[in-house]
Amino acid sequence: MGERVTMTINGMSHEDEVEPRTLLVHHLRETVGLTGTHVGCDTSQCGACTVLLDGDAVKSCTVLAVQADGAAITTIEGMARGDELHPLQQAFWDEHGLQCGYCTPGFIMTAAKLLSDNPNPTDDEIKIGLEGNLCRCTGYVNILKAVRTASRRMLSGSTAASASARSSE
Amino acid sequence: MAVSQLVGARVQRREDPRLITGHGHYTDDGEPRGCTALQVVRSPHPHALIRSLDTARAVAAPGVLRVLVGADFRAVLRGTMPVTPSFVADKRQVPERFPIADREVVYQGEPVAVVVALSRTAAADAAELVDVDYEPLQAVVDPDRALEADSARTHAGAPDNVCWDVTYTGGDVAAAFAEAEVVIRERIGQQRLAPTAMEPRVVIAEPDPYGGRLTIRLGSQNPHFIRLFVSQALGMAETQVRVVSRDVGGGFGCKISPYPEDYLVPAAARLLGRPVRWVETRSEAMVGTSHGRGQVYDVEVAAKRDGTLLGMRLTQILDVGAYCGTFGAFQAVAVYMAPGAYRWRGVEGRTVGVLTNKVPTDPYRGAGRPEGTHLVERMVDRLAGELGMDPAEVRRRNFAEAFPFTNPFGLVYDSGDYGRTLARALDLVDYPALRHRQAALRLQGRYLGIGLSTYVEICGLGPSAATAAATGGIALVEGAQVRVFPTGSVAVYVGTHAQGQGHDTTFAQIAAATLGIPIEQVELHHGDTDEGTGFGYGTYGSRSLSVGGMAIRGATIKVVEKARRLAAHLLEADEADVIFEGGRFAVRGSPAASRSFAEVALAAYGPDLPHGMEQGLEAVHYFDPANFVWPFGAHVCVAEVDAETGQVTIDRYVAVDDCGTVVNPMIVDGQIQGGIAQGIAQALFEEVVYDPDSGQLRTGTLLDYLVPTMSELPVPELSRTVTPSPINALGVKGVGEAGTIAASAAVINAVSDALQPFGIRHVDMPASPDRLWRLIQEARRP
Amino acid sequence: MIPASFEYRRASDLDDATRLLRELGPEAKVLAGGHSLIPLMRLRLAQPTALVDLGRVPGLDGVRVDGDRLRVGALTRHAQLAASPVVRGALPLLAAMAAEVGDLQVRARGTIGGVIAHADPAGDYPTLALMLDAEIVTTRTTHAAADFFQHIFTTPLEADEVIREIAFPVAPGPHRYVKFRRRRCDWAIVGVAAQRLDGGWRLGLTNCGPTPLRARAAEAALAQGESAAGAGARAADGLTPPSDLRASADYRCHLARVLTQRALEEATA
Repeated sequence: MGERVTMTINGMSHEDEVEPRTLLVHHLRETVGLTGTHVGCDTSQCGACTVLLDGDAVKSCTVLAVQADGAAITTIEGMARGDELHPLQQAFWDEHGLQCGYCTPGFIMTAAKLLSDNPNPTDDEIKIGLEGNLCRCTGYVNILKAVRTASRRMLSGSTAASASARSSE
Repeated sequence: MAVSQLVGARVQRREDPRLITGHGHYTDDGEPRGCTALQVVRSPHPHALIRSLDTARAVAAPGVLRVLVGADFRAVLRGTMPVTPSFVADKRQVPERFPIADREVVYQGEPVAVVVALSRTAAADAAELVDVDYEPLQAVVDPDRALEADSARTHAGAPDNVCWDVTYTGGDVAAAFAEAEVVIRERIGQQRLAPTAMEPRVVIAEPDPYGGRLTIRLGSQNPHFIRLFVSQALGMAETQVRVVSRDVGGGFGCKISPYPEDYLVPAAARLLGRPVRWVETRSEAMVGTSHGRGQVYDVEVAAKRDGTLLGMRLTQILDVGAYCGTFGAFQAVAVYMAPGAYRWRGVEGRTVGVLTNKVPTDPYRGAGRPEGTHLVERMVDRLAGELGMDPAEVRRRNFAEAFPFTNPFGLVYDSGDYGRTLARALDLVDYPALRHRQAALRLQGRYLGIGLSTYVEICGLGPSAATAAATGGIALVEGAQVRVFPTGSVAVYVGTHAQGQGHDTTFAQIAAATLGIPIEQVELHHGDTDEGTGFGYGTYGSRSLSVGGMAIRGATIKVVEKARRLAAHLLEADEADVIFEGGRFAVRGSPAASRSFAEVALAAYGPDLPHGMEQGLEAVHYFDPANFVWPFGAHVCVAEVDAETGQVTIDRYVAVDDCGTVVNPMIVDGQIQGGIAQGIAQALFEEVVYDPDSGQLRTGTLLDYLVPTMSELPVPELSRTVTPSPINALGVKGVGEAGTIAASAAVINAVSDALQPFGIRHVDMPASPDRLWRLIQEARRP
Repeated sequence: MIPASFEYRRASDLDDATRLLRELGPEAKVLAGGHSLIPLMRLRLAQPTALVDLGRVPGLDGVRVDGDRLRVGALTRHAQLAASPVVRGALPLLAAMAAEVGDLQVRARGTIGGVIAHADPAGDYPTLALMLDAEIVTTRTTHAAADFFQHIFTTPLEADEVIREIAFPVAPGPHRYVKFRRRRCDWAIVGVAAQRLDGGWRLGLTNCGPTPLRARAAEAALAQGESAAGAGARAADGLTPPSDLRASADYRCHLARVLTQRALEEATA
């Protein structure tokens, strides 16, 4: 009893047949083969599965694939342009914003939405924006720093490297 | 050999590019062709007898390949799951644990059947069709109650619920108490915690139908131990079993011990002759992955009126759970570490392991050291309160000062300067001004508290003599292999594994520094038992750097020594005259004559070798440290309690840590930050709650088990001192657990200090608003 | 976990939704944002035989001021409510509540209609609807909020009945919602909402009983000229809240009192 769904995922059109109960995250991981989006809980708490759905950051474990029919999805795999990392990816690397890395894709996707709505957030706005994502390794300190750094670099339009040199605090 | 500037450098992590782009290799990210899905059917009861188990409906469900029960597994799995002596060699009773129950279930979540199907959905659907008829039995929930003679038994028919009951005495406790001018007592809880690594457990087993080998993929902190245990159970040679663990999404101790699924999935794969995958859900993790802590302490401390500590007696009641965890008794190390950073005439500690109908407890970040630190740091503050002294002064008066320092149990602290870290921390918070502010706020009816935690911890497991007894034979040393290829690039294999600590980076820094080559030329391998040394000892107890890092260093030095002999031959110089600097071998006094490391590497594969030298440039080294290492530090938490609601707000958190030589300051700070977060999480938020009557888990999801988010945690201010360890050539200690070991005591001392005007002397964890409100209400009651 | 199998139908409009719900029977459920339902389905605590997805029904999201009413479409998402200048102008308390529901991702998907229909007493909007005498307009009828929240997860909604919109009174005056919880992203342990309306105060309590509640004794005290503290002292009169993992009943009563005082003080600060 399959439903046909078509999604544009990281700019590529994918048409597949899914069972209605297929969660978007399982569709992305198992049918499309994009395993960068992770599953860390079953009650929508951890945010490891966050992707962009028509520009909104959503927990893909709480969206049915059929609900996303026709939508444009961006996953962590769609963030870099070739070899050029997205400023958030670069900032997470530069600021040591990850340890085990399992929660990281979710944080980056949520932060991407946060910065698109609010390019220059205060620390409190960053904290509130990212409270739907759990990290068990970092204590969030360097995640906060990374989002701050990415915001600054994106606003100044600077290249990551030169911004990195300037931002050594 | 001089360590180049690479050691100590803030090198960005080499593992990050794949992880930030979604190209990590967590276990569930790849599955073999034709992989089947396994779903575990678990007991909903904490304690019951299985009257009957009917798989017929499940077997008939669409997509189902096999439904396997205890008897099926007993045919292919030998023995029982391992229990090591750890810190309690002499256990009274160790219930035998088979990976799946077939008669009596003793904890909620215990496996009773597995369904193997073509897809995860089919397996999940069919699992609901396995009909199990249970006869519920009384569950043993509270450890204190479990020790009473008329308590129900965790295992029907057992003589009692005592797993162990052992007392350790260090020094002259009786004399210490005889001399006491003041004796204080407290009962201090350590709630059960769920480690909650963000990546749940996953096991994929793939049999090789022709070669008879079996590959097991899982996220593990010690793949070699898993190979050892599981190959034995399956009756296979270790050579036939390959355990692979690539990126691990956090462990914090909960991925050390083997789990039932680590046996059931490979066994099912062999029974079916097909690859099998099992993916834990978070709800399963809450009932199936080991918990940590779960202890309560009765402590009394004898002291003089001037604040001099004399003696301590303590009893640790440890909630073992339904079975003794493989390393469950490690948590008894709390007794050995109860003396903390202080001088005592005597300390006596009794540890009682109590069986209850709950998931077993096993190491969780710190494993016994946070508990030991928490109790001694709490008691020091209690004493200060009792004597009207400043808690900082009581600490200074009693710090161990001459190193190496032998604690009452004979443990030898390698190096330290406890007064210095405390002084630095007090300086950073401007302690006198802070105390003034506290007094001023109290006049306004605001309750600010200042909590100190001057911890010392034991890590770097460990010296072979001490640890072989603890594992039951295998000494916790570490092995590394270094292979230099003809072009001079280097592969390093090490028996530790990473769960997020950045070994790819730190270990490569050490190898590259020793070899004098760019870090890019070093490739680190770990987590695959088919590679490297014969055995690897894994990652836990903050051991990776001080033991694994030293093994790598030792192997690279052996390589350099061989290369030096070869270089001397090539340079026609005496070996003693050949120096190795900046990646080149040169003859002392004539720097023009030199060979690069790569040139020597190539020559090592050529024909022109010194007499008796074999081709190749590679070495194996096992490092056996002479002692444990002993990180220490001083943390200060400043917190305010809203006395109306009981809500705690952390104003500031300052941490001054000393983990000896720092290889990568960025990674060290990250470990401290994350460690502090888990300590604060215990102090204020997290608790595994079982219903006291039914024994049902009440915190079964992340809705109820409160892992704090970014909004709840402070940004700690970090500083450090560097007191190198004398027991290894790098001078390194460990840092993975230090933050957690220190933090809960700092926070609870702050909260208790804040509530001191109410006459409240002690607050248990988590210091939740309702708990604090209740304490305040009780204190206000006339 | 993976939900149990179900049939999926996408409604083209509300008539279609009604027709589908009738056709699929009482075990079918309406799917809006899915943020209450899908987690329950993943844990298999809910196993509907069919879902009727309202996601593509046009005209169900959006807000408008209609005389003295703010009409909020059932599919309006939390994030829309929080950001809407119309809501901020006409009923800023609703925008403030919306901004504190769940987390950023939840606010992107969850809908007001879903929260109202779910009737979880820990939900925030039911409190607001009740205390302001909002109307819940459905495909069948219009329910007064006072009649709508019957018990925990229990409403008069029929199996084929779908919420169209919620009509709140326009109330731009002083207001405050104090949502007490351990983590910012959590449900309220106790929430207290205060809204100045028609010359008086309305006070609502979240998670203090099987339904949202009004602190009527406190409202009356204010009407008689009591201070915020005096009103707070009456906020738990007659309250019999539940005891659970987060809070005991008496602590909840205490919080209702303290937070009522704070809500009033902050509303007028």
